[in-house]
Amino acid sequence: MGNSTMTRYDFTRLLGALSTVVFLMNTLPADAAEPAGLISTIKSVDKKAKGNPEAGRAVAELSRAEPAVLLPVLAAFQDANPLAANYLRSVVETIVDRAIDNKKTLPRKPLESFITDRKNNPQARRLAFEILQRVDVTVVDRLIPGMLTDPSPLFRRDAVARLLDLAERLNKEGQQDLAGTLYKRALQGATDDDQVRAIAKPLQKMGEKLDLPRHFGFLTQWHIVGPFDNTGSKGFNVVYPPEKQVDLKAKLQGKLGPAGWKQYRTTDDFGILDIAKQISPYKGAVMYCTTVFTTKAPRSLQFRLGTPNAWKLWVNGRLVFANEEYHRGMKLDQYSVPVTLRAGSNSILLKICQNEQDQDWAQRYQFQIRTCNVSGIAVHSADSSAALPQLEEPQP
Amino acid sequence: MTRPAFRFITVLLASVLVTGLTGADWRQFRGNDSSSVAPGEKPPVTWGDTENIAWKIPLRGRGLSGPIIVGDRVYLTSSDGFKQDRLFVECFDMKTGVRRWRRSFQATGRTQCHAKMANATPTPASDGKRIFAFFSSNDLVCLDLDGNLLWYRGLTHDFPNASNSLGMASSPVVIGDTVIVQVESQAESFATGLDVGTGTTRWHRKQHRYDNWSSPIALVNKDPARSLVLLQNMIGLTALEARTGKEAWHYDQPASRTPSSVVANGAVYIPSNGLTVVRPATTNNKTLEIAWKDNRFSSGTPSPLVYRGKVFTMSGPIVKCGDASTGKLLWQLRLKGAFTSSPVAADGHLYYFSETGRTYVVDVTGPKGKIIAENELGATILCTPAIADNSVFVRSDGHLWKISR
Repeated sequence: MGNSTMTRYDFTRLLGALSTVVFLMNTLPADAAEPAGLISTIKSVDKKAKGNPEAGRAVAELSRAEPAVLLPVLAAFQDANPLAANYLRSVVETIVDRAIDNKKTLPRKPLESFITDRKNNPQARRLAFEILQRVDVTVVDRLIPGMLTDPSPLFRRDAVARLLDLAERLNKEGQQDLAGTLYKRALQGATDDDQVRAIAKPLQKMGEKLDLPRHFGFLTQWHIVGPFDNTGSKGFNVVYPPEKQVDLKAKLQGKLGPAGWKQYRTTDDFGILDIAKQISPYKGAVMYCTTVFTTKAPRSLQFRLGTPNAWKLWVNGRLVFANEEYHRGMKLDQYSVPVTLRAGSNSILLKICQNEQDQDWAQRYQFQIRTCNVSGIAVHSADSSAALPQLEEPQP
Repeated sequence: MTRPAFRFITVLLASVLVTGLTGADWRQFRGNDSSSVAPGEKPPVTWGDTENIAWKIPLRGRGLSGPIIVGDRVYLTSSDGFKQDRLFVECFDMKTGVRRWRRSFQATGRTQCHAKMANATPTPASDGKRIFAFFSSNDLVCLDLDGNLLWYRGLTHDFPNASNSLGMASSPVVIGDTVIVQVESQAESFATGLDVGTGTTRWHRKQHRYDNWSSPIALVNKDPARSLVLLQNMIGLTALEARTGKEAWHYDQPASRTPSSVVANGAVYIPSNGLTVVRPATTNNKTLEIAWKDNRFSSGTPSPLVYRGKVFTMSGPIVKCGDASTGKLLWQLRLKGAFTSSPVAADGHLYYFSETGRTYVVDVTGPKGKIIAENELGATILCTPAIADNSVFVRSDGHLWKISR
């Protein structure tokens, strides 16, 4: 067969393209053909396929635009929901691929300005960066070193990685002072636990004292009461008294008899409060843990939790998330829960449940919670010392 | 248009449509009919660094998903980033391996996985016109064959508890004009059938809250409206009408949560109590006949396979072969290593890829299974490969290979 022969694939594609054109001609609203209208249609897409057909058609139309539309599309990430952002991303990549294939010029300077403007959406900035990388190999060396404290975790990660590489090399060469300086600088931007561990280990070996719980923003001081009954994992949905009211002086009836709130703290570098080790390796148990978080003004932040146990989290009495999963691993930032806090003191209540599995790998009963902004940078309580004012240390 | 010309175009269109439906594609996990069998294909049985490797393409990110083949293109998913939250769908030219396009997306669901797994663990599926790329984070992306996004669903975005901290693995299946995914975890479980054209929900069914990594498969009926999707999990196997989600029948014995069932000759081979073979009545789709069951035919992670009248299961490194009709154990064979990949079959051979990249090619045409070749790829292989174009397509985290004479 000669090269000009239409393959089955080509023919199917032609049919598909023809039908799409006909479909678009019949279904796109007249005022939606402008980029702004198409972007607006895409941003209307939402959960459970709401607006999917319209967004799909708008993507097809907008993807045919010239590269000049890239900046408005990237800017539209700013208040787009995660689904809409993916539709917009697809438009950007399609336009860029075609422009590069056809040797068309991309708006390099505006793209670079977009990347360096930290107010822009982090995902859109990263996408713009990757586009620029395809046509300008110098962009990494020019931009990444200045991104150590960038709001985008991906940019920070790249900047940290470069410093880490350099510090490791110097450390191996015996230039410990310089290496230590670079490690400490790298730590400023590091929020991923692999990088923090890679930085902390040599620094601690050099004798540096690091406050990793503060670096991450772990909540380390808690009042804890329990155990309550979770036989047959039924306690997850039982409303025990702490869910109605947190009264730190109350004497409650637990699974094993009277139970009262006791104060615990963790000194673990990664904020792990280990109930099994610090309290008791309860099985079929529910424990309640409470603390307060103070902020001077109302603000949004994320509670990031890691645990191998089932859990529910309330903030100021409102259930913000619950997950009934046991022994499927534990990881820093395993769950991210966005929360809006009020000015002043905010009460945090965590219900943490252990089931009755008897395998070796099903014995962990622990959690770690940190508070951070959407970028993963720690946010601290305004008055950490006031977090636990009401009780004395528990009696042995 | 003259009448002969019209007739010619009509015939051409019909032939294109027919071949589009029946060509030697490999459109989903374990092939078009989830059988792992590639009829008529003759891939090589030996390969090495310089032998029978048509091309080897470096990949970005990680993935346990298998490649799929549609027409003259290979489609593959990967995930990348410290959090495995960057999702990729890629298309390669089947003949040359040249990348035709790559699209990236940002996961909208939780991406945590066991270290062995990746967000890109489910194998994508296709209806021949669209690609349905599914990820552990329950992001379901629909693209046309040229990489244009048609629709996007974030199923954990919709149902925030639908996730498994070890990772999800169930691959989608396309039956008629419905794409079906099975999302089962301790915290929230469901199966859903979506319109292939728009991603809108045709049906949504709550499932039992047990984590599950097996994949749905099709039990195709001549009447498309009665084609069934089979959902296997800890409480058994449930057959639903693919287009409506209406339950047709239920097999009520616990089934494995990792290997997936297989349909052959109207019977369903379920990894349950070893292996249980059920035959649904063709008249009312509700009565089940247990053809045979045998606890000697248990499966580890690789799914069972039925080929040329024989059934093959694998537990650890042991392959067992039985008579597919009676369950009589015919032979067993010990391979070496650990196996995550499901075997695939072509030209009288079964291909077993071990986790270390060693492939055992087993001739199953004789009275006993015989290893006729052992080939090394020198990479971790966890995916289930595809067979098309007389070739084997397989991926590691780092590379995609076309193994071809």
